[in-house]
Parts: sequence; structure tokens; C-alpha cells
Amino acid sequence: MNFFQLIDQLAEVDPDVLDRFDSRRAVFNSLGTLARRSALAATPLFMGALFQKAYAGTASVSTDVLNYALTLELLEADFYRQFIASTLIPGGAPAAAIAKIKQHEDAHVTLLTSTIRTLGVTPVAGTSTTGVRFKALPAGATYANYLAVAQVLEDTGVRAYKGRAAELIGAPNDLLTIALQIHSVEARHAAQIRTMRGQLPWINNNDDLKTDPAYLNGVRNATGTSLTLGGATFAIPAYDATKPSPLESNVLQGATAAAAAVNTATALGTPYTADDAAAAFDEYLQAAEVVDASRAGGLLA
Amino acid sequence: MPDTPRPIGSDAPQLAQPRYTPIKRRSFFMYAGATAGATALVLAGCSKDSDTTPASTNTTISLGTGDVGVLNYAYALEQLEAAFYAQVKGLTSTPLSPAEVTYFTQVAAHEAIHRDFLRAAINRDAPGKLLQDLTPNFSGIDFTKRTMAAGDSKLGILDAAKAFEDLGVAAYNGAGKLIKSPAYLVIAGQIVSVEARHAAYVRNLITPGSFAADDQVDATTGLDKALTPSTVIAIMGAFITQKLDASTVGH
Repeated sequence: MNFFQLIDQLAEVDPDVLDRFDSRRAVFNSLGTLARRSALAATPLFMGALFQKAYAGTASVSTDVLNYALTLELLEADFYRQFIASTLIPGGAPAAAIAKIKQHEDAHVTLLTSTIRTLGVTPVAGTSTTGVRFKALPAGATYANYLAVAQVLEDTGVRAYKGRAAELIGAPNDLLTIALQIHSVEARHAAQIRTMRGQLPWINNNDDLKTDPAYLNGVRNATGTSLTLGGATFAIPAYDATKPSPLESNVLQGATAAAAAVNTATALGTPYTADDAAAAFDEYLQAAEVVDASRAGGLLA
Repeated sequence: MPDTPRPIGSDAPQLAQPRYTPIKRRSFFMYAGATAGATALVLAGCSKDSDTTPASTNTTISLGTGDVGVLNYAYALEQLEAAFYAQVKGLTSTPLSPAEVTYFTQVAAHEAIHRDFLRAAINRDAPGKLLQDLTPNFSGIDFTKRTMAAGDSKLGILDAAKAFEDLGVAAYNGAGKLIKSPAYLVIAGQIVSVEARHAAYVRNLITPGSFAADDQVDATTGLDKALTPSTVIAIMGAFITQKLDASTVGH
């Protein structure tokens, strides 16, 4: 392992890595001459002590958010595994698209699992027969049925990441950026599945599934603030019944603690249709709404 | 570094491994991809037609600091996208199919709404800090071409749309960590996923099935791109008459 290469690569994903050490110069000075650097850097003992010190104490409640995200990724990955195993997907472009999406979901599972483990916390796990997995569709389910579930899962995933991104503000190791980079991929997937279903790529008022619970709000059963799934336990924020997540038809955007929302259809100077105004912004879901039995929670085996 | 010695033989690689191997590839593709995208845009910006430099480019306009800087940064991006799609929508003779025109008309509305919303939000929360109206420079885009052909020096409409949408996604992804207010982070998230939907749609128009192709989404990590404001602004520079400075955004 090349120590200096490792530092450079860490610096790419974690710009603060060098600040985590005493300072770049101090690190290098402490290493002394090039020969000594090489000799020292080749010593695992030195490496471990350095990194342990640099990253000590950075694991935090962020791992709750990551385990929540991992749960959704496991659910998606297992769903696509079952979808492919159903042999219902036409060959050619549809099969290629689903394979590409599954590749990404598997990659998200791997990345989140290793990240959570690196932070010293037990990651949620799932296989085709244990832990977090997708509840099989009833016998006789069609290609169209699977695609409809895929759309619900992807659009829910897009809403779910938005709902907890704020909890990652200030999190170490660029966890927020990684979450955002997954989030936009889920949105690309959603657009693809929607196109395969003959729907517009964005959530809109003419969606055939617009009354599916995935696009609504509220919970069927109020859940607690802790979930135990797939061999791990993680916290989720309590459901706030006073603030159900906005519906996808919402046109009131950008409320802050200090200011009221802006009506994106009527208050922007130029009038826009309510449909365009609603479609221009995707909405979030509270975590409790996502894991509710009416949404992702109901899709778990 | 007198920390307690540990049985490091397994420890160090374990700590390094998850953040090491995947990130290496991710970074590579991120920058390789960014370069490819940037090349297309820079090529467009270097079109031989655009050899006149307005005097206003001599002044650099700062996007500002802190969250307002991030909002102005997004506002600059949305101004560019909205202006582009307005021009696409307004073409009296278009190379796009009727179905594509219908879709792009909606995309044009989304981007105009993003632009106008950000303007309203900045005026509401930071009066006097709003970035000025930008003057687009689309001389590197051939609005008579659906896509550029081999040998063309200008981007076609779809090439430009793809570049703008993918750039927008990477820009919002990279700016998220600069935002301090949860409310602003959520609204940025609400916008970026719509940009990603646009990007997927436009990509499929150019190459079916490329909605999240490996040049944009790292096949190993499954991560989309994230770019810093300065990188994005440098790429955008080819399409804007004014010179912007994003160095203080989020600081």
C-alpha cells in the first residue's frame, strides 16, 4: 500500500483529512527524510495509529441515517433480483435498463455497508432469504405489475433521501455528499422506470399511480423511534403528525423558520400552471412515513 | 502519535479499504467524466463565432458568501438553463420531434420556475444580495441541429441539454455540503432530483438506455457526480457573458 497515494485519495473524498492530522507539514516533518518516510509509511502500526487518531470520534448519529438508507437500498436490490429472476423482463433494452439499475442498487448496498462498518456501527443486512428483503409479489404478477412497484420504490427512495439529508449537515467524511450522489441516481432510475411505463419522467398530476400511498402522506400506524431490521437497530425521528409531508401536488415551497413559503404557481411574477409548479419540485417524506406499512415498510418480507 | 498500539495488520487496511478502492475509482470517473463534459462545453464556448468579448467580462461578479452564495450559485445555474430552454421552446423551426417539443416545453417551465423561485427566495431572505440577471452566450450551440454530427463544431440542442442537466445535478450534489440551513438543503434536494429526471430523459433521447450510464454514474460505487462551485462556474463561463466568482460560496 502506498501511504502517500492513500492520503491523496482520502483528501479527494474528505478534503479535511489533512486537517485531521496535526497538519500536513507536521505529518511530513514527523516522518523526516524520504527514506524514513518510506520505511515508516510501510509500517502498518504507524498507519493505524495515524488514522485512528485522525478519525477518532467522527462516527455519530449519521449512521442511523445511513442504516435507514441502507434498508431502502437492500429492499430495492432484492426487488430487482426478484424482478430479474421472474424472467418477465423482455430482452434487449428493458433487460439492460433493469440490469443497470440493479447494478447501482447493489453498489449502493456495498458502499453504505462498508461505510457504516468503517464508522464502527453494525450495518443492516439482508440476503434473498434473511434480513431486509422484498416481500414477493403474488403469483401471477406481470411485467407491468413489477414495473409499477419499481416506480413506487424509486420515487419513494427519492423522497426518502430528501427527508433525512438535513440530518447529515456537518457530518464527517462527506456523508452528505455521498447521500446526495445516491439520491440523484435514484431520481435517474425513477425517470427511466417511468418512461418504460409510458409515464412522464417527473412526478405529475397525470400519473396513473398518483393515488398510490407512495405519493401521499401520513402514516397508517404511528411507529416508534427505533427500528430493528436485518440484525441492526437504528433510530428514526418520531412521526410529526402536525407536519405531514407535502403532497406531490404542492406548490408552496421554500418555507424557513423565519419566512413563509413561496407559491410557485402564482407568486413568482410570471404565472405558471399548478401542474408545472408542482412538477418542478419533488417532495420529501418523513422517515416514519417511508417505513410505514403503507409504503416501503409494507414491501418488506 | 503515541496512540495505543493495535494489531494493525488487519486494522489499517480495513479502515482504508472501503474509503480507498471505491473512492479511487469514483474520483477517477468523476474527474474523467467532468473533463469529458467540460470539454464538450468548452469546445462550444470556443466557437470561432464568439470572438467578440463584451467589456462587461472585465468585471468579476461575486456570487456572495454563506447560504446566500449557494442560493445565488443555484440561481446562476437556473438562469442559464431557463434561458436555454426558453430559446428551444421559442424556435419557429425546430429539429426536435413534436413529442420532444412537448416534453421540452415542460422542462422549460420547470427551469423557469426554479429560476424565479430562487430569485424570490433570495429577495425574501437576503434583500439586496440577489445576483444580477446574466446574459447567456449560446453561440456554441446550433439550434438547427438535434444532435451534433461528426465534424460539427457546435453542440446540438440535445447535447447542450444533456450537458446542462448533468452539470446541474453535479453542481447541486457538490453544493449540498456548503449549505448550513436545513430548509435550503431540502429545497436544493427538491430541485436536484427534478434535474436528474430531466438529465435521464435527455440522455435517453440521445442514446436510449443511457439514463445513468457509466460516464455519469460510477459503475462501482453507484454514485452520481458532485462538482465544486468553482469547477461548475468555470464550465458555465463559456455560456455566460459575465464573469462569475464562486470562490466564497458557502464560506
